[in-house]
Amino acid sequence: MLDNSYAAVMARKNEIMKRAVGMDYDRFESGSIAFDYEGMMAATGYSLEAVRKIQIEEFQIGNTPLIELKNLTALARMCAPQGMGARIFVKDEASNLSGSFKVRRAATSIHQAKKMGYKGVISATSGNYGAAVAACAAKAGLKCIVVQECFDSKGIGQPEIIEKARKCEALGAEVVQLTVGPELFYMFLRMLEETDYFNASLYTPFGIAGVETLGYEIAHQCRLLLGRDPDMVVCTNAGGGNLTGTARGLKKAGCGAEVVAASVNLSGLHMASDTQFNLKSFTTGHTGFGMPFSTWPDRSDVPRSAARPLRYMDRYVTVNQGEVFYTTEMLAALEGMEKGPAGNTSLAAAFSLAQTMPKDKIIVVQETEYTGAGKHVNAQLSFARQNGIDIRFGDPKDEVPGKSIILPSHPSMIKAKEADIEHLRTSLIHNAQKMTGKTPTEADIEFLAEETRTNTTFVKEHLA
Amino acid sequence: MAQKNDWVQIHIDVLKPSERATNIPEDTRHVPLEMWVKGHLLNDAAEIGDTVRVRTKTGREAEGTLCAVNPSFKHNFGDYIPELDTVEETVKSILFGGKKDA
Repeated sequence: MLDNSYAAVMARKNEIMKRAVGMDYDRFESGSIAFDYEGMMAATGYSLEAVRKIQIEEFQIGNTPLIELKNLTALARMCAPQGMGARIFVKDEASNLSGSFKVRRAATSIHQAKKMGYKGVISATSGNYGAAVAACAAKAGLKCIVVQECFDSKGIGQPEIIEKARKCEALGAEVVQLTVGPELFYMFLRMLEETDYFNASLYTPFGIAGVETLGYEIAHQCRLLLGRDPDMVVCTNAGGGNLTGTARGLKKAGCGAEVVAASVNLSGLHMASDTQFNLKSFTTGHTGFGMPFSTWPDRSDVPRSAARPLRYMDRYVTVNQGEVFYTTEMLAALEGMEKGPAGNTSLAAAFSLAQTMPKDKIIVVQETEYTGAGKHVNAQLSFARQNGIDIRFGDPKDEVPGKSIILPSHPSMIKAKEADIEHLRTSLIHNAQKMTGKTPTEADIEFLAEETRTNTTFVKEHLA
Repeated sequence: MAQKNDWVQIHIDVLKPSERATNIPEDTRHVPLEMWVKGHLLNDAAEIGDTVRVRTKTGREAEGTLCAVNPSFKHNFGDYIPELDTVEETVKSILFGGKKDA
């Protein structure tokens, strides 16, 4: 009989993972801080063209429309100084199988799991990724388990997550629901051990390679539609895979657009707090994931994360919950598109950023996501109000996460706030030293320069 | 009352407060880690609150306390939020002029 105590299962983590990811991560390790990131990415064995073929032919995903938001652009221009207001486009990823870009991430993983002979897949996610994995598993004829953090200790579920549970079940998955806490990972390991299924992690090279097609399509669609590349691509940022994959795809297409990360500001709320769990109106796309995963990507559920956003982002901005809800309503009212809300984080940021760019510039918001009961601007504001959150019009600057949601009194008050990216880079350098306990070698310093998109002088100046 | 093969939901206390991870916030450390699983009932018959076994959709067996028979989803679009109508009116009147129903 296996010892299933928390400590015993966590001690077996590496061997469970090895069986469940079908990839030997040890061969990319240097023994110090550095590891061979590009070697790991190449180890999928799939070129971008091969990934596109899997996505299009096997799963019928991708090639989503790139839609110009003419009314939102016009409104942004009315809020902007003379001559300013870039054209805003959105990639309608909600039209994908399962309703989000996440299916790009799932498809390559499920293809690989099937090829390697796994009978099923497991994913630990409370987000759209669960439905994406369930949809691809359904198509591939594999079994599927989705493990969710869903309820607080009173048994009250986040409506956004409950909806995702429903969708996963509708697509044939078994959904295992847990109360708040990082021990979700412990249950995830137990399930992997019990079933011998594939770990369809969000953070494997397969998953990230799957998102590269999104960036690639954006570059090519802009060239086809507009005869030129976009100037800026805005990505909602949580675990970092969306931004990493999109940016890699843009690069592979030879596109030099500025890549901007956007997260909902939830500072002050602890992600593992039982009492704060239902006080946040966003369960993803927020700083509670975005900041820690940017500054230490290897906190994920695989030995080395393929999502390494600081390697690719030019800027990181935050917006408030009220600004994203407002933008979600604007998208419905002015463009006839009912999407999100969490996926509209990057759109809220883009609405503000467009006003800082001349009219002839092009800004692409790289995703939409499906909406439905529970995960809808009305449902989430209603849930927030029931939980005592003060919802009112005012200046979004005054919003206090967990206490208030301030809808801007006027759309000109939507202002993306610049995060201190140099501070994030420094944090990553410190975390790499702290988490590995290693003294950096010359090779580590070069690795950290790549990790932070800086140079060896910057890294040396900021070593702890 | 549930019969064999009925679709049911069970509840399992996975970790007692004392068994939880150490690096979690104080409020979370004082409550157990709980889990809910759905499956077909393997017992011949059971009442809510009984300890039962189920076979899940993927064919796993799990044991826990019976908490629902034919569990269904009840989430919805929430109560009316008047502020959303105000947002609609505001942005339409800025862009197109006048009230939306004018």
